[in-house]
Amino acid sequence: MLVSEAVSRRAEREAGRSRWKAAARFILSEYLVLALCVLYTLVMIPFVPEIATVEVWQNILSDMMPLLIVCLGQTIVLIIAGIDLSVTAIISLASVVGASIMTQSDGYLSGPLAAPAAMAAMLLVGAGIGLLNGLSITRLNMPAFMVTLATTNFFGGSAIWYTTFHSTTTSIYDLPDMFISIGDRDIAGIPIAVVIAVAAALIVHGVLAYTILGRWLYAVGKNPRTAYVSGVPVRTTILSAFILSGMLAALASIVYTARLQTGTPILGERILLDVIGAVVIGGTSLFGGKGKVIWTVFGVLFLVLIDTTLKLLGASLFVIYVIKGSVILAAALLDTLRTRYLGVR
Amino acid sequence: MKTNQRADQPLLSVEGITKSFFGVRVLHGVSFELWPGEALGLVGENGSGKSTSMNILGGVHQPDGGRMSLAGQLYAPQSPREAGRAGIAFIHQELNLFPNLSIEENLFITDFPKRGGVPFIDRGWVRKRARELLAEVDLDLPPTRLVGNLAQGERQLVEIAKALHADAKVLILDEPTTSLTRREVERLFAIVNRLKSRGVGIIFISHALEDVMHVCERVTVLRDGAVVGTDLRERLNVPAIISMMVGRSIDAIFPERSTKPREEVALRVRGLTQRGVANDVSFDIRAGEVVGLSGLMGSGRSELARLIFGLDPIESGTIEVAGTRLMRPTPKASMAAGLAFLTEDRRNEGLLMDASIVDNIGLTFLKRFRVGPGFVGGKALNTTAGELARMVHLSTDRVQDTLAKHLSGGNQQKVVIAKWLLRRPKVFILDEPTRGIDVGAKQEVYRIINRLVEEGGAVFLISSEIEEVMGLSDRILTINKGEITGSFERSGFDREAILAAAMAPVGPKREATA
Repeated sequence: MLVSEAVSRRAEREAGRSRWKAAARFILSEYLVLALCVLYTLVMIPFVPEIATVEVWQNILSDMMPLLIVCLGQTIVLIIAGIDLSVTAIISLASVVGASIMTQSDGYLSGPLAAPAAMAAMLLVGAGIGLLNGLSITRLNMPAFMVTLATTNFFGGSAIWYTTFHSTTTSIYDLPDMFISIGDRDIAGIPIAVVIAVAAALIVHGVLAYTILGRWLYAVGKNPRTAYVSGVPVRTTILSAFILSGMLAALASIVYTARLQTGTPILGERILLDVIGAVVIGGTSLFGGKGKVIWTVFGVLFLVLIDTTLKLLGASLFVIYVIKGSVILAAALLDTLRTRYLGVR
Repeated sequence: MKTNQRADQPLLSVEGITKSFFGVRVLHGVSFELWPGEALGLVGENGSGKSTSMNILGGVHQPDGGRMSLAGQLYAPQSPREAGRAGIAFIHQELNLFPNLSIEENLFITDFPKRGGVPFIDRGWVRKRARELLAEVDLDLPPTRLVGNLAQGERQLVEIAKALHADAKVLILDEPTTSLTRREVERLFAIVNRLKSRGVGIIFISHALEDVMHVCERVTVLRDGAVVGTDLRERLNVPAIISMMVGRSIDAIFPERSTKPREEVALRVRGLTQRGVANDVSFDIRAGEVVGLSGLMGSGRSELARLIFGLDPIESGTIEVAGTRLMRPTPKASMAAGLAFLTEDRRNEGLLMDASIVDNIGLTFLKRFRVGPGFVGGKALNTTAGELARMVHLSTDRVQDTLAKHLSGGNQQKVVIAKWLLRRPKVFILDEPTRGIDVGAKQEVYRIINRLVEEGGAVFLISSEIEEVMGLSDRILTINKGEITGSFERSGFDREAILAAAMAPVGPKREATA
C-alpha cells in the first residue's frame, strides 16, 4: 500500500515536472517569437480588423524588407559579441552618395550605367565604413560600442554636409526610373525588394550555418581567447563581420532610397532602436556566440507587426516608442533567462 | 582522533542522504560525521558525489532523504544563506571574490556595518575588524589592497577570513591547494591547523591525496554516490585510497611505452630569449620522445610553452618544427608547422564552454573539412569528431548536442586533447594536462600520451606534479627563472636531484653568449 502510494506520488511529481519542462521548452524555443506573432495578430483582429486584409500584409512585408537587410548585418556583428551602431549613418551616407551620382538633375553620371554605378558606390560606402570600424576595433583594440558610436556621428554628420553640395534642399531628387523600379516593381509578382531581401537572408544564413567563416564567427563570439589559441584568425573574422554589416546596411539603403525615390541624409535616423531591437527580440544574444537568420526574420516581423497595428489604431509616435521599448526590454530579459537557466544556444 | 577531542557529539552528522536529479539517483545514502577540531578529507573521482553532497550541506540543493544535524540540532538549510547563518562556510575552488573591490570591502560585502541607523558605512570599524581578521589568517596586507592584485593563495586566505567573520563552525574547502604554490600551501595548512585547535571542523575536498593525508585526521572516500569507507589517516596510504576511489587496484599508474625515441628531431629550440621570461633556452625533442619540464611555480614553465607556441612575442632565438623554421610564431603558424598546445587554462583558453563537442574539436582544423568555396562538410566533421571522441574514451557519444560546459573536468580535458589530435600534431605541448581531473581520467590521459608517442609524435610535458613528469618522460629538463638548469635521462631520474636542479640558482653567466 505504502509502496504503491509512493510510486503514484512520484509519478505525479514527475508528470508535473515534465509539464513544467514542456512549458519551459516552449518559452525558450526558437519559434516562440513566430508563435507570438500569430497570437498577437489573432488578438488584434477585433480591434484592428484591417490586420486580416491582404493589403496590410503587403505593407508589413514591404516595411520588413529593408529593416530585415540591416538586421542581417547586425545579427552577424552581435554573434561576435560586437555591436554596430553605425548602420544608420551608413544608410544615410550611402543614400546621398548614390543619389548624387545618379540624379538626373546634375548628377555625376547619366545614361543606363548611372544607376548600377551609383549602387556599386553605395555598397562601397558601406564596406568602407565597415572596414574602418573593423580596423579600429581589431588594430587599436577599441570597444565596438565606442568606435561605431563615433563613426555613426561622424558619417551621419558627413551625410548632411555632403548633401549641401548637391542640393539646395535637404534631399536629392530626380533619381532614374531604373533605380526607382527596385522600390515599386515586381518580378513574377514578387516585389524586387522582397527578392533582394530574401536573397540576402539566404546568403547570410548560408555563411553562418555552412561555412568556415560562419564557424569562426560563432567561435570568436563565444570566446575570442580560445579561438585565437585554436588558430582562428580572430582579427580577420571581426573585420569580416563589420564589413558585411556595413555592406548589408548599404544594401538596405538602396531599397529605402528607391522606395522613397529620394536620397536623404536623415534616412536612417530613426531606425537604430528597431534594428538592434528586432535582432534581440528574435533571440540573438547580446552576449555573443549565438544567433540565427531565421530568428532575426521573426524578430523583424514581430516589431513591424506591432508598429503597423499601433499605427492603424492611431497611436501617437510616443506611445509606439514606449511599447516598442517595453517589448525590446522583455526580449533582452528573455535572452538573459535563456542564457542563465537553460544554457540554450 | 575522536577520543582525544573529548567532544561527546559530532559537530556535524550526515545520515543516509539521498538525492536524484531528473530521476537519476546521484547519492545513495551518504553518511559521515565531522567532529569539532578535526579535518575530514573527502575524496573521490569526479562524479562520485562529492559536489552534490557539499551542495546539500551548503544549502544549494535539498536532499530527497536522510537527515543532517549540526551541533545536535536538526539541520536542513533551504538556501546557501541559511547554511551560512547556521555556521557552514563553503570556500569554492573558484573563489567568490570581487577583484575590483578591496580586501575589506570583500570581507564585509554582505553585511556592511552601519553607524547608528544611518545608511553610511562605519569605515573605521571596518578597517579595524578587517585587520583583526587578516591577522587571524596571517595575511600581512593593508585591508585597502584590491583583491585583483592579490596572488591566488592570498585570495583564498581572504575567503577564509570572511568565513571567520561569519563565525563559521564548519569550513568546507573545495580543491584548496590546486592553484597554490608550495609555500602558499604550507601557510594554508598552518591556518587550517590553527582553526582546528579552535574547534572548527574542516571538510577538505581534494584530488591532491598527499595534501589530504598531510592535513586530515580522517579520510572518507566516495564512489558512485556512496561512501566506500572512512578511516583514520594512520591506517591509510595513497595507493589504498586510490584503489578505494576507483574500485580496483591500480598496478601501474603510468603505463609502459613499447617504443623508444627515434633519431629525427621534432622540435629544436635554440637561444630562445624574452626578457624576464626566458633566457637563452635551447633544447631538442626527438620524434617519439616525451620531454618533461619541471620547475617551481613562477619558474617560467608555462611561459616557455607559450613562447614556443607563438602566444607571446620572442626577442631572439629560433624554433624549428621537424626541420622547418618558424619565422614569426603565431598560433596559426605554429599549428601549420605541426605544433599543438594544450593550455593550462582550460576554461578560458582551451574550450568554448558554450559550444558543442563537435564545434570544439573541429575548431583547430576546419579547413580539413572544406568543400567548395569555404563551406564546411558538416557530416565529415561530425563523423571524425565522433571517432576522436571514442578514441579518447569520452563519456558521451552525443558529440553534436552536448555542450562542453556540461562535461566533467576530465571529459573536458579529453575534448581539448581530441581537438588537437585532429591535427595529428608532430609536437604536442601539454601544459598541466591533468590538473583538476580525477585519477581515472588521468590514467586515460597518460594512455593517450603514450599512444601519440608510440605513433611517432613528440610530447613536451609541463606539470607541477613531479611524479607525473617522472612517470611519463624519457628526459626531464628543469627550469628556474626562465633558464634551463638541468637535464636528466630516464635512467638517472632522482626526485631529490630534480628538485635541487629546479631550485638551482641562475646567474648572469650565460649573458655573454646571448
